[in-house]
Amino acid sequence: MSSILNKLIAVVGEDYASNRQEELFTYSKDLGTAPPQWPEYVVAPKTDKEIQKIVLLANEEKVPIVPLGGGMTLAGLALPLKGGIIIDLKRLDKIIEVNPESRYMVVEAGISNGKVTAHLHNHYPRLMHSEPGAPPAATIGGNLAIHGQGDLAHPYGFNSDMVNGMEVILPTGEMIQLGSCAVGSGWYSMQPLPDLKFFSGWNGTTGIITKVSLKLFPNKKFRDNDLFVVENEELVPEILYELTHLGMTEDLISSSAAIPPLMNKLHHISINIAGDYEEEIEFKRHMVFDVALSKFIRSGTGGIGNLAGEWPRPQVSKSSDWKKGGGFEYVGAIIPVSLYPECYRQGARISEQHDIPYTILGRVIGCSHAMMFSWSYAFNRADEETVKHARQALHETDDLVMNLNGTIWKPAVYGQRLMMDRMNKNTLELMGKIKTLLDPNGIMNPGNWEVNR
Amino acid sequence: MTLSEYKYNDIIHRCFRCGYCKFPTDWDDVTNCPSYARYRMESFSSGGRLWLIRAWVNGDIQWSEHLTKIIYSCTSCKNCVEKCPHTFSDDLVNMVVAAKTELIKIGKIPKPVKDFLENTQLYGNPYGISAKKRADWMEDLDIPAYNGHDYLYYVGCDGSFDPRAQKAARATARLLMSAGVSFGILGTDEISDGNEVDMLGEDGLLEYLAQKNIQKFSKLGVKNIITLSPHSYNVFKNKYPDFGGQYQVYHYTQILAGLIKNGKLKVPDTSGISITFHDPCFLGRWNKEYDAPRKIIQSFKGMTFNEMARNRKGALCCGGGAGNFYTDFLGGSDESPARIRIREAVDTRADVLAVACPNCLMMLEDAAASEGSEIIVKDISEIFFPE
Ligand SMILES: Cc1cc2nc3c(=O)[nH]c(=O)nc-3n(C[C@H](O)[C@H](O)[C@H](O)COP(=O)(O)OP(=O)(O)OC[C@H]3O[C@@H](n4cnc5c(N)ncnc54)[C@H](O)[C@@H]3O)c2cc1C
Repeated sequence: MSSILNKLIAVVGEDYASNRQEELFTYSKDLGTAPPQWPEYVVAPKTDKEIQKIVLLANEEKVPIVPLGGGMTLAGLALPLKGGIIIDLKRLDKIIEVNPESRYMVVEAGISNGKVTAHLHNHYPRLMHSEPGAPPAATIGGNLAIHGQGDLAHPYGFNSDMVNGMEVILPTGEMIQLGSCAVGSGWYSMQPLPDLKFFSGWNGTTGIITKVSLKLFPNKKFRDNDLFVVENEELVPEILYELTHLGMTEDLISSSAAIPPLMNKLHHISINIAGDYEEEIEFKRHMVFDVALSKFIRSGTGGIGNLAGEWPRPQVSKSSDWKKGGGFEYVGAIIPVSLYPECYRQGARISEQHDIPYTILGRVIGCSHAMMFSWSYAFNRADEETVKHARQALHETDDLVMNLNGTIWKPAVYGQRLMMDRMNKNTLELMGKIKTLLDPNGIMNPGNWEVNR
Repeated sequence: MTLSEYKYNDIIHRCFRCGYCKFPTDWDDVTNCPSYARYRMESFSSGGRLWLIRAWVNGDIQWSEHLTKIIYSCTSCKNCVEKCPHTFSDDLVNMVVAAKTELIKIGKIPKPVKDFLENTQLYGNPYGISAKKRADWMEDLDIPAYNGHDYLYYVGCDGSFDPRAQKAARATARLLMSAGVSFGILGTDEISDGNEVDMLGEDGLLEYLAQKNIQKFSKLGVKNIITLSPHSYNVFKNKYPDFGGQYQVYHYTQILAGLIKNGKLKVPDTSGISITFHDPCFLGRWNKEYDAPRKIIQSFKGMTFNEMARNRKGALCCGGGAGNFYTDFLGGSDESPARIRIREAVDTRADVLAVACPNCLMMLEDAAASEGSEIIVKDISEIFFPE
C-alpha cells in the first residue's frame, strides 16, 4: 500500500481514504462535459484538524490537493487537473451556532444548502439564507469559492456579500479567521478589519474554507411566485428596472427555453413576493402588476402568466435529460442587465447551430446592478457527438461573453484563460503574487487560475 | 469487457448525479441513502453507484471486490426513487438489482451474498438452519397448520429463526389468536418468500421459490396471507402475480389496525411511555403503507407518540434491506445507518422505538446495544405484552 495512502488513513481512518479504482473513477468526473481527470487519492475528512494534517502532508509530498464540495459547478472546477488528492469536504457539515437576533448562522463549509434550508425551516422559520438554484447537495463553501448567487440575490447581492466571517486553512496549513471572529468577538460582522478576502472566486486555489458565518434574512410567512410574460426580449431590461425600482420583490429571474413549448421564444419573468400578512402580499402584487408593470399590460406587450404559484424548489436538473442523456452544462456570466436581449438571441443561435434546445436564464443581482445570465447546453452522456457539440457551444459562449463585454462566472479553464488574456496586466500579476505567497508549493487545485502558465 | 445483456443499457447513462437522491423529503441532510450515510464517498451514493455500474458494463473499469461491495451495499430502500426528479426514477433500484444479476451470472459475488443464496437454495432460509427447526419459533403456542383457515400467517425466515425476531412472530400470533382470527401456518413446510433473493439479483432462485410457494398455496387453497415481515408482504403482493400467484396480502399491522378499529383487540396501556416509530422501507416506500402502524400506536391508552425527524417516505433505512442484515456491508461503524437511526430515535426522547419489521428489529436492537442506548426496540406487536 502506498505510503501516502497509509498517512491519509492514519488521519481519517480506513473508510474515508482510498486509492481504489472505484473512488478514483467516481471523482475523476463531474456532471458536465469535462473529460475525466484522475486523482491519485480521495479523502473525506471530518474535522478542520484532519484537513490541516492533509494539507501539511500534501506540502511535504508536493502532491496537489483539490477541495470538493457538492461537485455541482459542472465546469470541471473540482476535477484534479494535475492529479493528487481530492478532499471531499461534505463530512464537514455541522451547524455550529444560529444567532437569530443578529441574523447569522455559523456552519462548517461542507454543509449542504439543503441542510441549511431544512434546519432554518424546522427551527427558525422566520429566517432564511440565500439558497442557490443548484441541487440542494451544493455546499456553502463551494458556492462561496465561486461567488455564487441565490434566491435573495436581488435584494442583497452575491452570496459572497452575505458572509459575516470565515475560517480558512491556508495552502501551507495555518488556520486563519476573517471578520469579527478574528478578534474573538463573535461571528457577527466581516467589517471593519482590513480586507483579506482572498478566497471567494478563487476556486479553492488559495485555501480551504472550513467555517462560514452566513448572513440570514427575514423569511416571511407567506410567499408566492408570480409570472409575467413578454414576447419581445428588448422589454426585459426595462421591466426589471421597474421592478427593482419598486423594490418589493425578492428573486427576479427572466428565462426562456425551447422546452417546454410554452416557454419557447417567450420570456417568463419570475417574480417572488413575500409578506407576513395576506394584505401585504396583496398590496405588493397590486404594486407590481397594477403600478410597475401596468404600462406593459395596457399596451398588450406583456401579460400575467401565473399568480400565486408555488415558490419553486430547485428543479433545474431536469433539463439534464432533454437529450435523454443525463447531462448539461452551462456558461454563466455576470453582465449588465441591458445585455439580456443580445445574450438571449446569441444563445438561441448557438444552441440551434449545435442542435440543442436552447435554455437561457438571467437572475437579477442587487438593484439591477448586474445579472447572472446562463446558457445551458444539454447533451447525451452516451453519445460522444452530442458531448462534443455541447463543449463546442460552451466555448463559443465563453467567446461571446468576452465579445459582449460580459464577465464569465465560474469559468472552466478555457474561460479562465480568456479572462486572464483580457485582464489588466497589473491585476493579473497581483493574482500571481498572491497565489505564490499563499501557496509556495503550488499544490492548491493547480490548473485553475494558472496565472503563470 | 462489455455486458451487452445488461437490462438497463439504454437508460443508465441518464443519471445526472445531481444528488437529490441523497436527501429525505424535507432536505434535512445528505445522508438519507444508507450506504452513502455509512461511507460518505460519492462512489457509495446512488448516483455514484449507477455511474460505476455503467462504467463496468461498458468495460471502462474492471470487476473488483470493492465494486461488488459498492453494488451490494445498496439496500433497495427506494429513497433515491422517492427523491429523483427524473422520469426514469422508478427504475433506479432496478438498475442496481440488474447489476447484481450480472454479477451472479459471471459468478463473481461477495462471499456473504454467495452464502445467503446457497443457504436459501439448500435450506429454504439464509441462515443455513435445517428446515425441521422452522416451526420452533412457536414454543408453547398452539397454532394449527393451515387448513382452509381465513388466513395463512406467513412468518418468514427472520421470524422463524432469529431469536429476537421469533419473539415478534409469537407476539403477532398471540394477538391474532386473542382477536379470534382464523389462521394457520405452514410450520416446517414454510420456505423463504424470495424477496431478498430478488433484491440480491438472483432472479432464477426467486422464480424457483415463488413457484414452490405458489404450488403449496394452491394445494392448500390459500387466498389471504398475513405476513410478519414487510419484505414478504412486498414480494407476495408485487412479484408473485408475475408467476401466477394472486393473493390478498396483508401486513400484520394492517390486520391489527382493523381489529382495533372493530373493537376486537384490547389495546395496551402505555401511559408514561413515549414511543417513536421507524418506517420499514418495504412497507412504506415500497407499498405506501404509512398509516396502519401509526394507527395502532395512536390507539394505545395514554400513549405519547413523537415522530423522528425523518419519517414516512423520508425515513432513513435501517441498513438491513436486500440481505444486508446478513451480508452486513453497512455495519461496523458509528455511521452505520442503524446506529444513526437509533440516535435519531433517542433525539425524540422516546423510551420505546417501535418497529414493524423483523429485519429492522434485529438491526436496530443490535445498534441500540452498540450505541449503549437505553432505548428499548420493540416490534409493535410486542408492545401489547408488557413484561
Ligand atoms: C442545476 C444547477 C443549477 C445551479 N444554479 C445555481 C444558482 O442558482 N446559483 C449558483 O450560485 N450556482 C448555481 N449552480 C452552480 C453550482 O452548483 C453552485 O454554485 C454550487 O453552490 C457550487 O457548490 P459545490 O459545493 O457544488 O461546489 P464544487 O463544485 O464542489 O466546488 C466549486 C469550486 O470551489 C472549490 N471548493 C469547494 N469547496 C471549497 C471550500 N470549502 N473551500 C475552498 N474551495 C472550495 C472547488 O475546488 C471548486 O473549484 C447550479 C448548478 C446546477 C447543476
